[in-house]
Amino acid sequence: MDLHYTAEEEAFREEIRGFLREKLPPDLAAKVRGGKRLTKADHERWHAILSEAGYLAVNWPTAYGGTGWSPVQRHIFDEETAAAGAPAILAFGVNMVAPVLMKFGTQAQKDYYLPRILDGSDWWCQGYSEPGAGSDLAGLKTRAERDGDHYVVNGQKTWTTLGQHANMIFCLVRTDPEAKKQEGISFLLIDMTTPGITVRPIITLDGGREVNEVFFDDVRVPVENLVGEENKGWSCAKYLLTHERTGIAGIGQAKAALQHLKTVAGSQLKDGRPLSEDPTFARRIARVEIDLMALEMTNLRVIAEAQSGGAPGAESSLLKIKGSVLRQEITDLLRRSVGPYALPFLSELMDADTNQAPVGPAEAAPLAAEYFNRRKLSIYGGSNEIQKTIVAKAILGL
Amino acid sequence: MRFTLSQEQAMLRDTVARLVRERFGFEARLKTLESAAGFDRDVWREFAELGLLGAPFGEEVGGFGGGGIELMTVMQELGRGLLLEPYLASVVLAGSLIERLGTPAQRAAYLEPMIAGETLLAFAHGEPDSRYALEQVATRAVATEGGWRLDGRKSVVLCGGDADHLVISARTAGASDEEAGIGLFLLPSDAKGLNLRAYPTIDGLRAAELELDGVIVPAEAVLGAPGETFLAIEATVARGIVALCGEAVGAMETCCDMTLDYLKQRKQFGVAIGSFQVLQHRMVDLRGELEQARSMAILAAGRLEAERDERERAVSAAKNLIGRVGRTIAEESIQLHGGIGMTWEYALPHFAKRLVMIDHLLGDEDHHLERFVTLGRAAAAAPALSAVS
Repeated sequence: MDLHYTAEEEAFREEIRGFLREKLPPDLAAKVRGGKRLTKADHERWHAILSEAGYLAVNWPTAYGGTGWSPVQRHIFDEETAAAGAPAILAFGVNMVAPVLMKFGTQAQKDYYLPRILDGSDWWCQGYSEPGAGSDLAGLKTRAERDGDHYVVNGQKTWTTLGQHANMIFCLVRTDPEAKKQEGISFLLIDMTTPGITVRPIITLDGGREVNEVFFDDVRVPVENLVGEENKGWSCAKYLLTHERTGIAGIGQAKAALQHLKTVAGSQLKDGRPLSEDPTFARRIARVEIDLMALEMTNLRVIAEAQSGGAPGAESSLLKIKGSVLRQEITDLLRRSVGPYALPFLSELMDADTNQAPVGPAEAAPLAAEYFNRRKLSIYGGSNEIQKTIVAKAILGL
Repeated sequence: MRFTLSQEQAMLRDTVARLVRERFGFEARLKTLESAAGFDRDVWREFAELGLLGAPFGEEVGGFGGGGIELMTVMQELGRGLLLEPYLASVVLAGSLIERLGTPAQRAAYLEPMIAGETLLAFAHGEPDSRYALEQVATRAVATEGGWRLDGRKSVVLCGGDADHLVISARTAGASDEEAGIGLFLLPSDAKGLNLRAYPTIDGLRAAELELDGVIVPAEAVLGAPGETFLAIEATVARGIVALCGEAVGAMETCCDMTLDYLKQRKQFGVAIGSFQVLQHRMVDLRGELEQARSMAILAAGRLEAERDERERAVSAAKNLIGRVGRTIAEESIQLHGGIGMTWEYALPHFAKRLVMIDHLLGDEDHHLERFVTLGRAAAAAPALSAVS
């Protein structure tokens, strides 16, 4: 056993730090650190910077224009970008539809879509969940019927993250209503500008517009937009779930959030002393920090396993469960750290370009909203209960 | 970064695993723990023959120079079999102090016979009022002609009743809560003025209360520089914590294995109880906790040779987390077993008892959480947390 990074890995870390010092716009980092909402332009700006540096497609092989990085390098990249306050890379194009295209797509699909993901021509969103198909994803009802060279799509998707910015959506649709649940599903790429598509916002409990409903009304999709075989779309969906997910614990983000927590707690007063020196609060922070140390080691163990050729399958479910709960804990402490100043709720203060004066400490403005927003972490991507059921079956054999 | 064992480490693990498989049956353990000896002297001799009693020590004293990872690995395997043998007390704690501070003559007289399996050692440090604080030593050592005179009390000394020699801490100077002024002394267990009351502990081991009433120690039995042994004690306790973390992870593995088997075998309402989702999810939680504990044991073991600040922060973090997880796994595996988990004649509850009691040794979760906070404050100027850097 050796708990140290190699000299090459340390050099890689320095390379990433150098890149961030030089290329991460300070105003963007300030927005991320301050918990401000990011605009479409903010995301696109960072996407373009990463793409130009060749750092966007961290999970892709070099043949497709990816970094070809090892799992350890990806971990270091996550850690450093989060610590520097860089926006998280949106997963839907580069980390979700792209691996499916590489595995199941035709040459023409790969040639067309992959470069457009890299250069930012396409903004992808995900059409999986439906009002009646959440944890029971295979219960989806959105219908695609063949009509000549097209599929005609009717139905509704929901919880579509940042769908309001997207020009493309990858969907699971039902192509054979007679077949058993998982067997009549296909994986379809749909242009969001096609007539018959309506996007409606869902305002979340923190007041944010992050997710949407997407309605399909006789939407005509060319058959060449089918990925893989008709009625075999479930294989694509499952592939994504078992695909390389060593970053799923969100260690880099958790460490950045913990650092922020220490800063905020150090600037608040309790009995005239910094809150971070209050024995009760200090222990709350310490406990989370220790849990995070353990989870980082657990994550590194899974990464090392992946590095030596092992495939993290259900272990990533354990990482997701622990990582989501831990990140929620940190937002809980952040909310507590500002005491009564968690209460004022002025939505404009969460946008960067506002002239409104903050109520109380400026860093307090988004903390309660973020705490409520992060409840999503244990719900999306397969709720923690679904993850536990996966582990019970796949690892424990129950 | 590599989390696999080297060839030598894997051989060491396999050696201990085989010994545990062959010699650590539960029926035998029940008999042994009720016997006068309290542990199996034949097994202890095998430990010696296999070189395990010297494993953590340098080659010059007959060990094979193992570090934290080796220690954790040995203890993990022994923990899987729920050892009764005084490996922590005699080898890891008392042995390490003698290795660290002893003169060549002291090593030859005390450490080598212990490594050979001929004698046992114990480390008498805790006192009735010190709880887990290592610097709190009220036992006094006063210089006399040609040696020292010791007066005071030592509490819950592991293996205290079986040890041939004791390493005893006593204050040569300073107030009773100062790090400076603590000395260490080597004492035969039949020393005049030493009153010793041995007793069993609830997890099946043995300990003793010591009263020192004018015990005279000759100058050649002083271990290390009188008054300057605190750092050695702290570093040795760190080693003990790594050993306990390893043992705990081994015991947790057995608890989880037994509980999972039970969920698959036990039938109620006509089906295996493991088919119930409410129990499946609890079992998954235990597995998640076990992996967290394993990670922390590895982290502490890997930091054992690091600088003091880094080492102590890692061992306190590990002991805190393992204390919490140990309790969870102990309680949950009893609960998931139901009534059978409450019985003396079944193995599982003995593992559960040990897991809970490990939190009472070398500092519990509260002690180490507070310590982690204090150490963190001291290092506040240091860069952001990185478990691995």
